[in-house]
Amino acid sequence: MSVNESHGSAKPPSMRTPLGRVRSLGSSHSGTRDFWRQRITAVAMTLLIVPVIVVVMMLLSSNQAGAAQILGSPPIAIILLLFIVASAWHMKIGMQVVIEDYIHNEKLKLASVMANNFFSVAVALASIYAILKLSSGV
Amino acid sequence: MALSIVHRATGIALYFGTLLLAWWLIAVASGPGAYANVQAFTGSIIGKLIVFGYTWALMHHLLSGLRHLVWDLGYGFKASEREALTWAALIGGISLTVLVWIVYAFGAGK
Repeated sequence: MSVNESHGSAKPPSMRTPLGRVRSLGSSHSGTRDFWRQRITAVAMTLLIVPVIVVVMMLLSSNQAGAAQILGSPPIAIILLLFIVASAWHMKIGMQVVIEDYIHNEKLKLASVMANNFFSVAVALASIYAILKLSSGV
Repeated sequence: MALSIVHRATGIALYFGTLLLAWWLIAVASGPGAYANVQAFTGSIIGKLIVFGYTWALMHHLLSGLRHLVWDLGYGFKASEREALTWAALIGGISLTVLVWIVYAFGAGK
């Protein structure tokens, strides 16, 4: 209680210490998890970028039947699936940072963050679905 | 150099560009007709510009991102080092884009 008063806050008294409030969450409400995941996915994509570019070049120089055959190959499908998951995660976090930097209206911000989640998941799942469909040969 | 905004701008471009990639993958899974539609778009002047621009955005964002990882690890903060990293990302991004398309044109391409 005295802690809150000493900081001039109008909030009701809390039993939580300043350290407890900051620890693991802090002002971003999500702590450093997103920061860390953005870097994990960045390193993952850096490792995958050369094989992914090679696969894309192979696909671009094929017709539909050839592209379907290439994407149906397990190692190629797995490489692309890893890249899709990493990139969707990475871009969701990155766009959220942009939204939180530029949109200050709370409701608009929440709607934008939600739309960002929908977009990232939809794009990822659509891509994953296409690859799995080709892999299963349906 | 204020290039962090370019990192952000290329990130946003890549974000929306994933729509094209998803469309392309779905088209392959859908059949020759759908694939022909994508090829008609990527073969057009606007389509080619978008795909080329997408390659540059990816290469620049990759190198610019590696620059941020170097800073995350606590290196490269001297003024000269910051400048060098930034120029490396800028020139490297353009060079890699050109290299990728040269390899494609003479290697994998028809």
